[in-house]
Amino acid sequence: MFIGFFLRLKAAGVPVSLTELLALHQALDAHVAGFSIEDFYYLSRLILVKDERHYDRFDRVFAEHFEGAVGLLDELFGEIPEEWLRREAERLLSEEDKKKIESLGGWDKLMETLKKRLEEQDERHQGGNKWIGTGGTSPFGAHGYNPEGIRIGQDESRHRRAVKVWDKREFRNLDDTVELGTRNIKMALRKLRRFAREGAAEELDLDDTIYSTARNAGFLDLKMVPERHNAVKVLLFLDVGGSMDDHVRICEELFSAARGEFKHLEYFYFHNFLYEGVWRDNRRRHSERIPTMEVLHRYPADYKLIFVGDATMSPYEISVHGGSVEHWNEEPGAVWLQRMLDVYQRAIWLNPEPQARWDRVLSIRMTRELMGGRMFPMSLAGLEDGIAELKKRRA
Amino acid sequence: MSATRFTGTDSYVVTDDLKMAVNAALTLGRPLLIKGEPGTGKTQLAEEVAAALAAPLFTWHIKSTTRAHQGLYEYDAVSRLRDSQLGEERVHDIANYILKGKLWQAFEDDQRAVLLIDEIDKADIEFPNDLLQELDRMEFDVYETRQRISARHRPLVIITSNNEKELPDAFLRRCFFHYIQFPDRDTMQSIVDVHYPGLRKDLLGAALEVFFDLREVPGLKKKPSTSELLDWLKLLLAEDIPAEALGAKDPRTILPKLHGALLKNEQDVHLFERLIFMNRRREQS
Repeated sequence: MFIGFFLRLKAAGVPVSLTELLALHQALDAHVAGFSIEDFYYLSRLILVKDERHYDRFDRVFAEHFEGAVGLLDELFGEIPEEWLRREAERLLSEEDKKKIESLGGWDKLMETLKKRLEEQDERHQGGNKWIGTGGTSPFGAHGYNPEGIRIGQDESRHRRAVKVWDKREFRNLDDTVELGTRNIKMALRKLRRFAREGAAEELDLDDTIYSTARNAGFLDLKMVPERHNAVKVLLFLDVGGSMDDHVRICEELFSAARGEFKHLEYFYFHNFLYEGVWRDNRRRHSERIPTMEVLHRYPADYKLIFVGDATMSPYEISVHGGSVEHWNEEPGAVWLQRMLDVYQRAIWLNPEPQARWDRVLSIRMTRELMGGRMFPMSLAGLEDGIAELKKRRA
Repeated sequence: MSATRFTGTDSYVVTDDLKMAVNAALTLGRPLLIKGEPGTGKTQLAEEVAAALAAPLFTWHIKSTTRAHQGLYEYDAVSRLRDSQLGEERVHDIANYILKGKLWQAFEDDQRAVLLIDEIDKADIEFPNDLLQELDRMEFDVYETRQRISARHRPLVIITSNNEKELPDAFLRRCFFHYIQFPDRDTMQSIVDVHYPGLRKDLLGAALEVFFDLREVPGLKKKPSTSELLDWLKLLLAEDIPAEALGAKDPRTILPKLHGALLKNEQDVHLFERLIFMNRRREQS
């Protein structure tokens, strides 16, 4: 029973194992759930899913798999009351978006088009495809990033009873690829911790005390050890200005999280690509430049290196001397990056650009090659992969 | 054992899926892992379940320094050492220096107990792995006295996590997992009804509106949660503020009264004030 469902879950990337499948059968055997499909949904989710990040995937597979059994889905797209559309859209749109809508010919026209399109779609997807275009470039749909887009959620529908819990997809935001928040970043960075005992001995070392006391013929001999501290050392290089302006917020978050997390954190800024000078204060970037050579000499090789940048620029800025947009550089950026990588064995590049774009931009491909493939997207999953890379022991 | 199913209590509102989670964990004797936004009543759940089942509750609060064996037992070597130097009689029996942990206490109880392992993510990354056998088989060995402790009745183990660390797979496989979702409007209404039955309808309506609008404000560092709403309502009641004063019509034009209960971060308050300011400017121009 449910083997097909189980395999589908696995294919969709929900990590399920045989233990869980057996537990589900055990639970059904013990009549934990009643006979309604909702009960079964709750029960199977409880047992099969172990992380809220996978709830959304589970919901989708569940909807797909048990579609026939549920029926009722046709009711989902009867008619959509206009005032609901308007309300829903207004709730989701910011002022800026609304202005953009004005530029498209105004609210009413957009609504009219949307309604028309919904009607068309209703006919075409009678079988129960519930989303008005997922992804894609249409301004209407569920996952589009089109600024002119309108998201149609179902939770406000007046057919509320007909909407199944799993169709609401309330956990969409918890999926892996969510934007980073400071706290999330901190959690990811925390994995880079390496504890070491350094400094003044302040903690009682019980084991050693007992051992020494025994050796001391039973007379108390107290032993102390230093407290554990996070001893990992990080050099952070941040790209600022130009194309990075789109990503300012996420970089700020990463930066503030890193500052809170690492005691030994040194950070430097660069523009577009690494050259002979970096700086620590953006307001005085021209007067107070630090030669990159000095950074290389100053920080020992056990520092871990993290670059943050979109690596989106003209290829000349990487490969040719004098290619920098800001100044005349004697040596090409690639040389400087290579020098860095030669000293610091453990290094990664975090790129806030969407991963799908990487192959299409020549400069990203070049940077990635220089980094030996160690480029990671700046999502939670990417950051985790990057940290894992930093922790690896390299030959 | 008085009750075998959990259906919620007078002071705690449970959704259907949470009810299912608790009952499944009860029936199959598996630990239940609870996650969710802070302030959605994760810890409270264990207390309420214990109350509803009339079972004793053992709470084990986890800190960053907590070790797994502290939940089982601790061997108090230092007191024994001191006693030995003073020539006390009890020093000869090592059992005098074994301190029972929460797990042991729960295992030993005459009836099925509820054991809450609170904020398991605070502990070291290896911590959950060290408890695998104990939670699976509900038994452990005391090496000092060569004793085996097994649970008389499998306790209901409720584990809460704030997601600060990822939990190991082997551990997760043994648990049932439930994510407490942020309550929707209706659930929130019933939660408030349970806590403040005498609350005026208009005030509650206005307050909920402000509250949910506030949660929608983009970029807040800490969104207000259920427990913050309840605190805020308490304040509003104490100050006897009329519903109109909450400015529910357009929350962005006025900082809600007593907002300190809802916004816990000065950056959030600044952000909110800035939004209001921008909004006013736009209206004027």
